[in-house]
Amino acid sequence: MSAAAITGLGVVALAEKVQRGELRAVEVAQAFLDRIAHLDGGVGAFLHVDGEGALAQAAGVDRLAPDARAALPLAGVPIAIKDNLCTRGVPTTCASKILAGWVPPYDAHAVERLRAAGATLVGKTNMDEFAMGSSNENSAFWPVRNPWDRTRAPGGSSGGSAAATAAAFAAAALGSDTGGSVRQPGAFCGVAAIKPTYGRISRYGLIAFASSLDQIGPFARTTRDAARVLGVIAGHDPRDATSVAREVPDYEAECGRPLAGMRIGVVREALGEGVEPAVRAALEAALEVYRGLGCTIVDVALPHAQHAVATYYLIAPAECSSNLARFDGMRFGLRTPGADLAETYGRTRAEGFGPEVKRRIMLGTYALSAGYYDAFYVKAQKVRTLIARDYDAAFATCDAVLTPTSPTVAFALGEKTSDPLAMYLADIFTLPPSLAGLPAANVTCGFSPEGLPIGLQLVTRAFDEPGLVRLADGYERASGFAGRRPADPEKAKG
Amino acid sequence: MAIAYEAIIGLEVHAQLLTRTKMFCGCSASYGAPPNTHVCAVCLGLPGSLPVPNATAIEFAVRAGLALGCTVRERSVFARKNYFYPDLAKGYQISQFDLPLNERGHLEIELDDGTRKTVGITRIHVEEDAAKNLHGAGSGTDTLVDYNRAGVALIEIVGEPDLRSAAEAEAYLRRLREVLMFLGVNDGNLEEGSFRCDANVSIRPVGQAKFGTRTELKNINSFRFVRKAIEHELARQEAVISSGGRIVQETRTYSSSEDKTISMRSKEEAHDYRYFPDPDLPPLVVTPARIEAVRAALPELPEAKRLRWQRELGLTASDAQVLTGHPALARYFEDVAARAAGTSPTPEQRAAAGKRCANFIQAEVLRHVTLHGLEAALPVEADALVELLTIVEDGTISGKMAKDVFAEMVETGRRARKIVDQRGLAQVSDAGVIEAAARAVLDENAAQVARYKAGKTTVLGFFVGQVMKATKGAANPALVNDVLKRLLDA
Repeated sequence: MSAAAITGLGVVALAEKVQRGELRAVEVAQAFLDRIAHLDGGVGAFLHVDGEGALAQAAGVDRLAPDARAALPLAGVPIAIKDNLCTRGVPTTCASKILAGWVPPYDAHAVERLRAAGATLVGKTNMDEFAMGSSNENSAFWPVRNPWDRTRAPGGSSGGSAAATAAAFAAAALGSDTGGSVRQPGAFCGVAAIKPTYGRISRYGLIAFASSLDQIGPFARTTRDAARVLGVIAGHDPRDATSVAREVPDYEAECGRPLAGMRIGVVREALGEGVEPAVRAALEAALEVYRGLGCTIVDVALPHAQHAVATYYLIAPAECSSNLARFDGMRFGLRTPGADLAETYGRTRAEGFGPEVKRRIMLGTYALSAGYYDAFYVKAQKVRTLIARDYDAAFATCDAVLTPTSPTVAFALGEKTSDPLAMYLADIFTLPPSLAGLPAANVTCGFSPEGLPIGLQLVTRAFDEPGLVRLADGYERASGFAGRRPADPEKAKG
Repeated sequence: MAIAYEAIIGLEVHAQLLTRTKMFCGCSASYGAPPNTHVCAVCLGLPGSLPVPNATAIEFAVRAGLALGCTVRERSVFARKNYFYPDLAKGYQISQFDLPLNERGHLEIELDDGTRKTVGITRIHVEEDAAKNLHGAGSGTDTLVDYNRAGVALIEIVGEPDLRSAAEAEAYLRRLREVLMFLGVNDGNLEEGSFRCDANVSIRPVGQAKFGTRTELKNINSFRFVRKAIEHELARQEAVISSGGRIVQETRTYSSSEDKTISMRSKEEAHDYRYFPDPDLPPLVVTPARIEAVRAALPELPEAKRLRWQRELGLTASDAQVLTGHPALARYFEDVAARAAGTSPTPEQRAAAGKRCANFIQAEVLRHVTLHGLEAALPVEADALVELLTIVEDGTISGKMAKDVFAEMVETGRRARKIVDQRGLAQVSDAGVIEAAARAVLDENAAQVARYKAGKTTVLGFFVGQVMKATKGAANPALVNDVLKRLLDA
């Protein structure tokens, strides 16, 4: 099989071929590593490619007895890991200067699970520094370019993972989603992306941005492929007190099941002003596809969702201001010595953190300060509860809420960097389910006139990932958009 | 006329819980290991690590709360206390803030003059300890940090400002330490810092309802220093106010070498800790059934023991106080006293055995006891001590000889009966043998016998001495006394 044919395969197909011995894991790994070596220069998706480690893992899979290999759900599947997930012995930086060169002594829970399932970890992907951003331009190292149009942003913060998946540098990738960081880059890069229910995947080893919101999520070119990865990394972990002890259903079994009788809730305002015409049109067309599959479309209201941006930008920075306190130059990472302790802290953090991270630390510190805590943090938590109740009410009449993932297609690199508020508003549809802790997915639902992917977002009840996968996969099969891939990056515009 | 001032004192006590592992990770919590050997990703605050609460620590904290009369919250919340310092790996301490595990308790204290007073306890919450900064270690000006202590489970016991003197503060602290030690949740070791105290101190004119401005005293690591530090601080505050000055709200530290308190930082420099619920930890739920199970398993507290021993065994208050000086000693005493009383004793037999054991333990055993935290090294096992006390009681050896035998038991580890047998120490209690010796002595000392008969009964002591000498000290002195009297008075 040619290298191009190998990298064209998805998760399920690759695993099957390696399980059956039709492809060797090493030859699969080599094909993807070669592709990264040839093409990632034009994309910038990877901060660190672990060729040696990947080939060693693949060789391990090849050495297994056929029965043992056949039992591995991700046998020889190359997967890229966002650089805020700890990987034992492999640098993990959160795309920040403050962690440059740091090598964790342990694997994140999700990474452990991938290794145990036979996956080949090809490298660590670029991101917005500490997962703070919606364009990947906040990486301290270099921005990621969108494989569909290299003048455009891949979205963020998991832009490297989304771009790597779209460009077939890996069959799948892990990202993390705090306010849309898996779904929005999924939409910008035209790949399937799932943010599971809060607590579904252990956060152990995920470097925290906002602990009450952070969830790991998979990217793949199809929902079925993403569901395979989700099934591997989901499940209880005693090392994360917020991880939920609940059985992990067979997500993949939902793929191909009929959708007839399912009810899809639509928030009318989400298809109104502020949403790009091409996005609106693609969403309307998607609703027709669902109708055609036997679904009922009902109107639902999320009256408090309008406060989601304000709520999120109090809670997430508050938590981040505390979570990032450990980056103090004392035990690991960058240290810029000063005359005394206070100056060492100041210099280290001034030099180590980028402007967006500093902005959020300051926002959060302010929101938690004596005299402001009740007015800001406590109030935001109350609004958060109201948003969750909105969803409870909506799910009385529907099985999923459908909105655009992003109000726009991928914007140009540099377009919003000078206007943080405009950047924050790009998360308007992804923030409400994050605040409610609900599972949500991005599915490609069309292309703009300039050829850029458009994504729709589905949100289901807590722990109804099966329903989410079923609706996303059913639509993909009916619409056929998931099959489209960008031209090789060196031929793409940019 | 000089204004009379009243002291207002409230203590905050940090007590390390005696769990095997730390509060939020599986590292050993033991003291004294080489620096930075009891550490992991969690207690070093490495990126990506997460805390998981130690169930035993929660149980110990509930135990302390119940013993101190607190209401245990079924749902309490872990909160982050944010500040930067190298001994704080994560840049925040996981503690509890507005919803602590235990609230509204009390502790009764007894002062030297015997008066009793109930001191309120505001709250008892669980939290993690910080690491230890070693200033000036390494090369001169360096500070090295030992993270072995980072994350060790603590409870903080916040007392109400009910104390009115340094003596009351010391009594409260002693009583609190004793309770925690008897509960088995803390080893009460002030020197190693497993039991630490901060004091909030202010003064106000007698009769004034409003509290004065307070200062917080830190770094008090012995009972003696508690008293001295508070006395000094009260005197300092009175001097400042009397000379027209104002007390500044600040943190002060007690310097034992200079014997005074020194300002560390003022309120203006004080931290805003930005407490908020820790999003890594769901609310801590302790079910009513769990609370009741802990309550049912509470051990008897030292004060209850003392009162019971006085009531049931007739011990003096002072005996009871000495024997509850350490939980291991109290256990030892109870064990020895129960065995010494024999099976199904009458209340009188129990009391008599209790008194005997209390006396012997205080007189002989105690000086051989070494204490370290909750550990106590006792010189002989309870059953060995009971064996010794039994052969004294049955007249095999005298009480005087028992001291020598005990000393040998401590030294050699041998049992009392074996020592007595090997050294031929058994008392002669055979009335025939004693009578023969007594008759011989009386025959040889006719003049003294005459004096006795003439009413000079004090010469009885001389005869007793002679009989003891003749039997090489082995005769049972009480029996010798009886026999001599019988022969002389016949």
